[in-house]
Amino acid sequence: MRGWRSAGLWVGAFIVGFTFLVAVFAPMLTAHDPFGQDLSRRLIPPFWMEGGKPAHWLGTDQLGRDYLARLVYGARISMLIGVMTVITSGLIGISLGVAGGFFGGRIDDVILFIITARLSIPLILVALAVVSLVGSSLTVVVATLGLLLWERFAVVARVATMQVRNLDYVAAAWSAGCSQPYIVLREILPNILSPLAVVATLEMALAILLEAALSFLGLGVPPPLPSWGLMIAEAKDYMFFSAWVIMVPGLSLFALVFGINLLGDGLRDLLKTGRVA
Amino acid sequence: MLQFLARRLLVALLVCITVLTFAFALTRLSGDLAISIAGPNSTAADIEIIRKAYGLDRPVIQQFFDWVGRAIVGDFGQSYFFRERVAKLIGDRLPITLTLGLVGLGIALTVALPLGVISALREGRPIDRLISLVALLGQAMPSFWLGLVLMITFGLHLGWLPVSGTGTWQHFVMPGTVLAFSAIPALMRLTRSGMIDAMSADYIRTARAKGLSRASIILKHAARNAAMPVVSIAAVQLGFMLGGSIVIETVFALHGVGFLAWESISKNDFPTVQAVVLLLAIIYTLLTLGADMLNALLDPRLRAS
Amino acid sequence: MTALLEVQGLDISFGGLTAVRGASLEVNRGETHCLVGESGCGKSVTALAMMGLLPGNAVRRAETLRFDGGDLRGLSEKEMSRLRGDRMAMIFQEPMTSLNPAYTVGSQMAEVMLRHRGGSRRAAMDRAAELLARVRITSPGMRLGQYPHQLSGGLRQRVMIAMALMCDPELLIADEPTTALDVTVQAQILRLLADLQKDLGLAILLITHDLGVVARTAHRVSVMYAGEVVESSPVRTLFSRPMHPYTRGLLSCVPVPGKIRPGEPLGSIPGMVPQVTERFEGCAFRQRCSLMRPDCAGPITRHRLGVDHAYLCQIPPEEMARS
Repeated sequence: MRGWRSAGLWVGAFIVGFTFLVAVFAPMLTAHDPFGQDLSRRLIPPFWMEGGKPAHWLGTDQLGRDYLARLVYGARISMLIGVMTVITSGLIGISLGVAGGFFGGRIDDVILFIITARLSIPLILVALAVVSLVGSSLTVVVATLGLLLWERFAVVARVATMQVRNLDYVAAAWSAGCSQPYIVLREILPNILSPLAVVATLEMALAILLEAALSFLGLGVPPPLPSWGLMIAEAKDYMFFSAWVIMVPGLSLFALVFGINLLGDGLRDLLKTGRVA
Repeated sequence: MLQFLARRLLVALLVCITVLTFAFALTRLSGDLAISIAGPNSTAADIEIIRKAYGLDRPVIQQFFDWVGRAIVGDFGQSYFFRERVAKLIGDRLPITLTLGLVGLGIALTVALPLGVISALREGRPIDRLISLVALLGQAMPSFWLGLVLMITFGLHLGWLPVSGTGTWQHFVMPGTVLAFSAIPALMRLTRSGMIDAMSADYIRTARAKGLSRASIILKHAARNAAMPVVSIAAVQLGFMLGGSIVIETVFALHGVGFLAWESISKNDFPTVQAVVLLLAIIYTLLTLGADMLNALLDPRLRAS
Repeated sequence: MTALLEVQGLDISFGGLTAVRGASLEVNRGETHCLVGESGCGKSVTALAMMGLLPGNAVRRAETLRFDGGDLRGLSEKEMSRLRGDRMAMIFQEPMTSLNPAYTVGSQMAEVMLRHRGGSRRAAMDRAAELLARVRITSPGMRLGQYPHQLSGGLRQRVMIAMALMCDPELLIADEPTTALDVTVQAQILRLLADLQKDLGLAILLITHDLGVVARTAHRVSVMYAGEVVESSPVRTLFSRPMHPYTRGLLSCVPVPGKIRPGEPLGSIPGMVPQVTERFEGCAFRQRCSLMRPDCAGPITRHRLGVDHAYLCQIPPEEMARS
């Protein structure tokens, strides 16, 4: 049993780490240009299937672009989206949550109301609307998701702050005359980081999935960027003939998100018991 | 009890108003609406005509209150693109989305509840680990991709289910399943932890001391107490599902509100977009309210306060 | 006449840790047998073992475990569940959490009867009301429709007692029934139990750590220490002629008004209760005993004085009487 739980943490960390490395070292992993079209070489299947060519390991897409190259550069997009969104939404959510939990009273009421209002807004719908109105680009997607995905950070930060605020060492700091900002930064923040780290992994997974969905619907990252979601959308028209076109990016997405979730779960167990399982 | 309800309604109302304002502001994001409607090849004169025709030359505040005033009586204006009343558009499509949502919730509950209970009763054993793993896999699955894969497998290769349209109940099986996938992990996990807590409670020890049958203890005593958080989450999940239906309806070409939303967004049909956002917010609010009331029904302790 | 409940050589362990070893006791019809000891001595676990309510990881072994002549050891969970609530009943220490908050008092009581005796819901409810009156709860009809959170602790404990009596059990096991209650309520509950015993011929196994409760209610007493029954005797004998050093120590800890003079130090037993983790050979009390001898580390003799007084010690009765 113990082995299983810690296995999850390591497998998750491995998957995420691996993807990160793939993203960083993309140019070294493939000689092909992910944007290089060659219509004479369209829809070549992966090398292990009939009709495959060794020059293109995972075949080519409908515009003749090397699939492996697009996959590998697509990892950059996914990781970028994941990390940037988490940073943005984390900053917003944690600020709101800590403010609410620390000050309590009216400020907390207002913040709770904001969180409730945000929860009532249909996420994908709004994201789609914003992108369609402002124009689709990587920056816009990151900004939109970052501005929308903060509620779990806020909720967890708020609850954790309220718990910590009542503890003895905070009271000790108060009576020693420490100023409020000091207490927040030095006493409260370090002690609420653990549950927030878990939330960060969950939100990262969610952000990646959402970007893929947005791109799939045509209102996310614009072509010709190799977003995995976009690749699936572009391949949709051909999927009935050659299923692998959607399987490759789909499985990559699935694996990455699964890895992040494993990591998050493992982190949560680690933090709860002080040790893995 | 009444006071509790009244307070919740007030908050719900305020939330809806906030969302309303937000939805309105959202559509004004791109700047001049008239230009967007007119299109890229229009002249300044065209734009002026459109501006007057749609009342976009009035102050924004006035436009807002105008819209609110009419929305309250159910008049959401005319769709820019579909040449129909927005209210009728939504009214036509809503049943499909609601059916989809309920089918999805039904499948989710049918799968998640028993799995959660089994996981709880066999806590720590291999079957528990397996179920948790499957839940984790489900959580990681991109819904649109799953939809496509199911389409290929069950629609094309096996030919069991239709891949698009809404003619018969079979049309809702695949989309409903994909929708359920997003809710099952959370529901299952909550059922599991709720049952574990309930089963270790003192009143279960009393029930065993009374010699009650195992089935009665699990289903009658433990499950009833474990159900409460599950009900709240189920309502919230339904809300999310309705929001997430946008992707599923597009993949399976179901003409529900979600698909309408996507169409109207891509065509800059602002009245429709505003109306849909508001509608979903209201539904979500009603669902959470309903969940609270159901909770009060299940837990006698809540009724007293 | 054979005892209603007979236990000999009961051993209980959890994952390799011994909680109870070699415990023996008997409860006769119409009699209250108190099982007394400090927290953690294994008395609650012993009670749970008899009802078959031990958790899944517990291992229970006994030379004899008989209820009304029938062997309990080989019974399946299903067969045990038929006995529980019907012929043997148990009430617990925490009345606040021992009732299910989601169901009414009446329905929780009625289900015991419906489970074991069948019949109509109405008949079960009538019986429940009758028993609520019997445990001196006012307006029993109204109480049936109330929820546990609407009742005070004392009331809830009475409900627990009434619920335990629904099917007219022969044995009632009460695990520290008054510990969580106010002193005044304690006295009421104990008096209630005594009256019920007289009226119904109930056999009661009462678990407690309070010697005062023992003095008021017991006919027979068994003293437990670190998982062993170190002494058992009729109640009067226990207070007048305690034999085991632990029992003596316990009694000396209780200040008796009139006997104790101002300025006199209160009695105490030096040392601490051993942890369950320690494997024990020999006497579990020897580290704290002023009469310890080298052979206390080996198997301990069980001495008998007369037919109903026994204690577990190397020191024979004559020597003990002298010290």
